[in-house]
Amino acid sequence: MPNPSAVQAQPHARGESHVHPVARNSGRALEMDWVDEIRINLSAAERRVASLPGRRTVKKDAQAAWLLKAITCIDLTTLNGDDTAERVKRLCAKARAPVRSDVLEALGFAGRELHTGAVCVYHRFVATAVEALDGYDIPVAAVSTGFPAGLVPHDLKLKEIEASVRDGAQEIDIVITREHVLTADWRALYAEVKDFRAACGDAHLKTILATGDLKTLRNVAKASMVCMMAGADFIKTSTGKEGVNATLPVTLAMLRMIRSYQERTGFKIGFKPAGGISTAKDVLNYQFLMKEELGRDWLEPDLFRIGASSLLADIERQLEHHVTGRYSAFNRHPVG
Amino acid sequence: MSVAHYYETMDYGPAPEADVEARAWLKRHDATFGHFIGGKFVAPHAGKYLTTIEPATGKTLAKIAQGAAADVEAAVSAARSAQPLWAKLGGHGRARHLYALARMLQRHARLFAVLEAIDNGKPIRETRDLDVPLAARHFLYHAGWAQLQEREFADQVPIGVIGQIIPWNFPLLMLAWKIAPALAAGNTVVLKPAEFTSLTALLFAELAAEAGLPPGVLNVVTGDGATGALLVENPDVDKIAFTGSTEVGRSIRQSTAGSGKSLTLELGGKSPFIVFDDADIDGAVEGVVDAIWFNQGQVCCAGSRLLVQEGIADTFRKRLIRRMETLRVGPPLDKAIDMGAVVAPVQLERIKSMVETGVKEGAEIYQAPAAIPNEGCFYPPTFLWNVHPSSTVAIEEIFGPVLVAMTFRTPDEAVMLANNTRYGLAASVWSETIGLALDIAPKLQAGVVWVNATNLFDASVGFGGYRESGFGREGGREGMYEYLKPKAWSTRKPRAKVSAMPAPSADSAGFGVPSIDRTAKLFVGGKQVRPDANYSRAVLSPKGRHLGEAGEGNRKDIRNAVAAARSAEAWARATAHNRAQILYYLAENLSARSDEFARRIGDMTGMSIAKARAEVDASVERLFSYGAWADKFEGSIHAPPLRGVALAMHEPIGVVGVACPDEAPLLAFISLVAPLIAMGNRVVAVPSERHPLAATDFYQVLETSDVPAGVVNIVTGDREGLVKVLAEHDDVDALWAFGSQEASLAAERLSIGNLKRTLVDHGLALDWYDKTASEGPILLRHAVQVKNIWIPYGD
Repeated sequence: MPNPSAVQAQPHARGESHVHPVARNSGRALEMDWVDEIRINLSAAERRVASLPGRRTVKKDAQAAWLLKAITCIDLTTLNGDDTAERVKRLCAKARAPVRSDVLEALGFAGRELHTGAVCVYHRFVATAVEALDGYDIPVAAVSTGFPAGLVPHDLKLKEIEASVRDGAQEIDIVITREHVLTADWRALYAEVKDFRAACGDAHLKTILATGDLKTLRNVAKASMVCMMAGADFIKTSTGKEGVNATLPVTLAMLRMIRSYQERTGFKIGFKPAGGISTAKDVLNYQFLMKEELGRDWLEPDLFRIGASSLLADIERQLEHHVTGRYSAFNRHPVG
Repeated sequence: MSVAHYYETMDYGPAPEADVEARAWLKRHDATFGHFIGGKFVAPHAGKYLTTIEPATGKTLAKIAQGAAADVEAAVSAARSAQPLWAKLGGHGRARHLYALARMLQRHARLFAVLEAIDNGKPIRETRDLDVPLAARHFLYHAGWAQLQEREFADQVPIGVIGQIIPWNFPLLMLAWKIAPALAAGNTVVLKPAEFTSLTALLFAELAAEAGLPPGVLNVVTGDGATGALLVENPDVDKIAFTGSTEVGRSIRQSTAGSGKSLTLELGGKSPFIVFDDADIDGAVEGVVDAIWFNQGQVCCAGSRLLVQEGIADTFRKRLIRRMETLRVGPPLDKAIDMGAVVAPVQLERIKSMVETGVKEGAEIYQAPAAIPNEGCFYPPTFLWNVHPSSTVAIEEIFGPVLVAMTFRTPDEAVMLANNTRYGLAASVWSETIGLALDIAPKLQAGVVWVNATNLFDASVGFGGYRESGFGREGGREGMYEYLKPKAWSTRKPRAKVSAMPAPSADSAGFGVPSIDRTAKLFVGGKQVRPDANYSRAVLSPKGRHLGEAGEGNRKDIRNAVAAARSAEAWARATAHNRAQILYYLAENLSARSDEFARRIGDMTGMSIAKARAEVDASVERLFSYGAWADKFEGSIHAPPLRGVALAMHEPIGVVGVACPDEAPLLAFISLVAPLIAMGNRVVAVPSERHPLAATDFYQVLETSDVPAGVVNIVTGDREGLVKVLAEHDDVDALWAFGSQEASLAAERLSIGNLKRTLVDHGLALDWYDKTASEGPILLRHAVQVKNIWIPYGD
């Protein structure tokens, strides 16, 4: 049962978390040795992620807490051809109030601000979202650079980033040119991402690797390292549009690169899996992997985001079940 | 604790697995268990019980019967009466039973998993995800062998009553490894579980009976080491299969010597975990976790000796220490831990004292900062470096969560260090370069090698050791042979009493021109040499005619021959094609001198020249046979459930001593030596004591047939005396003793120094002309050891 005094003693979500402000990655010169030495064994990676759900779990209050935390890391997303301004506003409303207030109250979170990590939209709706979130500490993320394939001219990509930043986007989710990875043209990848970073200015740069297109964990790991050297604030798995989106083995490969980059430069880089994470159970496994491979800091939204559209609904049901002991239904929770 | 608390700390919190069902089962039995004999629980004859505790809390869990002689006898007798009926049931009938046992395990999977975790202290994750599913897999897999037995093992028959003694580290899984193949093959079993962890065996026996397993087929006698010893010594047990410490394994070898009982020993290890500088370092770090912190490190094949290439040693150590920071230790039933409790206080003390010794000898230590429960047998994951091959902790098996690390410079040095141990159970090789990994794997003296992986197990892949890690295999086709015996050998009769040596008769040629004296020498390292002591013994015909003199070989001759055989290691690496050619060439050169050999055999044995000629012809043909087999007795590729393969390679055993019987002095010699050299072994042969000259003549054939020096060495002399020297020689890897019960007994009893593989005839005569009994796979299987190399792949 909720314990009000305990609640008051704790600082709350985003903005007041215990995590120190993350120093922004300044990027660095391309170091080809850091790329060439990368080795990653698929079977070993798979065994690690396969055994983790048996090694770590959370139950009861801990589980509810972890799921609430997951909500604060969600980039609530709509990236569809039929998006409209009203659709985006509805999404923003959900981002502001992701959990029914009676459920929050029962969890001991009455009166606390709890919202998603960001709202993620196409450039066209950045201004709409910024307006809808006015007064809330919820950044708007824009997918950019010819999302999802990333095959528009380079100068147009830079212009698209600049336009979104002008409209108020605080985060830019760019897609890399997969050809650079598939042809191992790491210099080209580095130059491209470095340009994107410059175009972002103060906005945070999240680089989408489209890991489903890169196929091998080696490609994923090398691309991760190059993007971080080029100044990425986050590395992100997928657009959600590839045949295969976020997976735990791909996540493991990327997290190990984040750790390696931190060991070398001191910078903490964020991670964002996207696509295919639709259940509370799924997201917990990602959280376990974050905590085990990178540590506690990477459970907070300044270093962890989850690109998802239907995940929130499943978490809401789980939270209600935690509170009532009864299994819940989707229609009992307001849609986004 | 509240939601808000966890929200802030993001700690895991407790996640206990319920133990209601397991406790209820104990309660149903009043937490007191008799033996399971003849299909039901039976109170111990002497009324004595042992207490079994819960390692995580130190609390008493149950009382189990202490087996005494009468209990063991009752169990063996129940097994004995059930065995003929069980065998008669046929493969398909037994397959149905084994299938039912697999299903039974799956139906009650959680009950077994929880009970095992409580009783042993290992994490529920492991019992639930590994022990129980693997146990079920074992029964399902062996149901298959039972089904196929009449076709695939047509020339084999069951051994009879099997006594099986299993350890406490994988109580249920070891039960499955032991009884599934034994029962599948048509044997019945008396199982003695470890005294610390008998409960899942009792539960299994109870549920197996409920699932319809006939009474007496599986009997469980509980108790301590004394009970085990009673089982080992019981004269009505046909085979002992033991998994446990090398020390106990040795004493079992000793006490069963000469009894005719066959033996499988699966013993200790100090398995190397080799990381090259081109490995996936993070993957290998994770591998270490699976290697040494799996089951609290209480794993016979635990990768406990980390060998890291110098250039990455610092990086590897740092990353490993970082990984250790996140390990969690806690109650076995907690679903969010990596390690549970050590099995018993005595083990905990041993681990502590070993680590103290390590530190005293100069090792640096890091222990995981994991919170350790206040009560119970817990020990933190521990990492020792600055350890050298001469450190106690690098030599002795610790059998706990303690990793020791050393460095190497080159692949050759990695192999040298890896093999610098008396053990040879398992090894793990980490490299992303396929050429390197696949070059190293065959060079490691270990029964199981994992490439870029560790601690993978499957029923289809044989498991077992080289050297002092034991002999015999569990799993796979090779594992089935451990519970079968050749039909052709089951009708052997004791050899006829040897007639007394004839009195020498004068056989002077008078004043005619005498034949030129030919002094048979020993043949060592490719050279004809005089015996060290320079004595010789007369070789007489049955009528006492003096045929020649043979060297009286002694200890030093054996020593020299073994040294020559050891240095002929290149033979093991020669291509099978090359070995085949040489065997054919031997046949060619023997055939060219067949008249001479026939005369010699006729002179020595008194047999007719036609019969002697037949023996030479049979010997020529036999050499042809092994020329044929040399490149055809191949290993196989297993398909365990993973993306990858397991290569079951046939590897030579090494240096093999061979004592030949008196009958068929040439043919028996060829029949025993040829399969060994065909597979790449080097041989020190003691020819027929009475009729040694056919073998000594044969060294001229060896000399003219391109057989490399040291591959075949011949030392003539007193069979029993030389067998003893061979048996006690710790650089002889295997010993085949044919010719007498005395030699068999000596070979088995004295082989314990390095636990060499023995093949003996117990004084039973083999028909050397009967190909089904004395040629081909029946002997080739003993001329190789199977190494399973697991190669998971994917990119």
